[in-house]
Amino acid sequence: MLNLYTRRRVINALGLSVSVLAMLFGLFWLCWILWTLLDQGLPALAPAVFTQMTPPPGSAGGLLNAIAGSLMMTMVGTLIGTPIGILAGTYLAEFGQRGWMAPITRFINDVLLSAPSIVIGLFVYEIYVVRVKHFSGWAGALALSILVIPIVIRTTENMLRLVPSTLREAAAALGAPQWKVVNFVTLRAARAGIITGVLLAVARISGETAPLLFTALNNQFWSSNMDKPLANLPVVIFQFAMSPYEDWQNLAWAGALLITVSVLTLNIVARVLFRQSATTH
Amino acid sequence: MNIETVANPKIIVKDLNFYYGKFRALKDINLSISEKMVTAFIGPSGCGKSTLLRTFNRMYQLYPKQKATGEILLDGIDILDKKQDLNMLRAKIGMVFQKPTPFPMSIHDNIAFGVKLYENLNKHDMDERVEWALRKAALWTEAKDKLRQSGTSLSGGQQQRLCIARAIAVKPQVLLLDEPTSALDPISTAHIELLIDELKEDFTIVIVTHNMQQAARVSDFTAYMYLGDLIEFGDTSTVFTNPKRKETEDYITGRFG
Repeated sequence: MLNLYTRRRVINALGLSVSVLAMLFGLFWLCWILWTLLDQGLPALAPAVFTQMTPPPGSAGGLLNAIAGSLMMTMVGTLIGTPIGILAGTYLAEFGQRGWMAPITRFINDVLLSAPSIVIGLFVYEIYVVRVKHFSGWAGALALSILVIPIVIRTTENMLRLVPSTLREAAAALGAPQWKVVNFVTLRAARAGIITGVLLAVARISGETAPLLFTALNNQFWSSNMDKPLANLPVVIFQFAMSPYEDWQNLAWAGALLITVSVLTLNIVARVLFRQSATTH
Repeated sequence: MNIETVANPKIIVKDLNFYYGKFRALKDINLSISEKMVTAFIGPSGCGKSTLLRTFNRMYQLYPKQKATGEILLDGIDILDKKQDLNMLRAKIGMVFQKPTPFPMSIHDNIAFGVKLYENLNKHDMDERVEWALRKAALWTEAKDKLRQSGTSLSGGQQQRLCIARAIAVKPQVLLLDEPTSALDPISTAHIELLIDELKEDFTIVIVTHNMQQAARVSDFTAYMYLGDLIEFGDTSTVFTNPKRKETEDYITGRFG
């Protein structure tokens, strides 16, 4: 008996140390990345970053046009993608039990979810940019919205499936038609989870470079015209980091730090929101 | 027991069969539910008592693979008839579930939700209806100061009474209770049992319960079911003290199940 007990303890200790090691291994790289970003980015994070435009090579400047462009495209992309995603996810979870539409939609959505974002960029380039014959903020927002849709569909469906079926039954037992059950009971019960999903989608697209390279391209000057090429942080970082000019490289570090911090913040907000709702239900 | 022997039948079940896919969960059920009486369905897990209850408001229609055949007459009209409007049927037949199911909204709105489906009341009348339902469900004194708070902030026993209030606020004729106290502590259970006794003045009540003492305490008629068959049906005192069938006696005395 004692032998068995000792063996269990040894196995437990072994398993625990291997898990902790694996965790430390993963955390090590994350911390390293964050550390490098802070180390290189913080000194570059001068007030000028938020007040001046991207400079020509060899002179000082900021990232204001890129920050504004990124915010605009992320916002429009989210505004287009979120309603479509929530509606489709609701269909899959609440209305799609019968028939073949839902399983096929779900499968295609899973494919879309893991599609390389550069393919999405090329797709929008082909169907939109080529036709209007110029790069534009709208094209960038469109590419980003195509990235948002599958994420929101997936989280909406998952969150609605977490709502206990007894809640649906209770509303149906009162005689409520299905659209009322979905609108006033299940979607409401899943609200925090769905918002979390939208926030995570925003976090995902705010760092995407590939889909913007072929759609919004870049713009050295201030522009708020969505119909013209639009500056944005990821592409500016890409361009500046590859350049031989130190000013540009420093701005790239600052931009990388900005994106990482905002993605981190969005993730933390999403988690806090979801945890709060989990405790009140 | 013959179905004609119940006085004032509110619901008459004739040759009811129920299928989960290919599995036949109810086999040729015949029984009647007396108006403004409490009828209890008892039996071991999987005997079909909840399934039978859920045919009375066609709950099974939410699920594509479930179907019922036969007749269930509510005041003489077959509710299994596809032409019957489901929402109007559910206005007449309310239901309370095993686990409390407060909606994610305030206590007031929980109750108003069902009422709004059928009636267009002004604010004053709605407030009165909410109070009436909460009083009926013996929750008014505990809830009157927090009507705007979330229904989920109540305790389990209070949540279940909120669900009862929500069901009766619609003013149904029949109340279906699916193991309404199995998730509650003894004090909350006693509350609900008292409530059932009062509610039968106004409503026809059908209750599914695992707890035989509960069936004996609250019901006027009892049906004992086993593996989809209705084994015995009669008035509660007879079923519990002088059962006709050996199987019923074995179950009631605890030798089985």
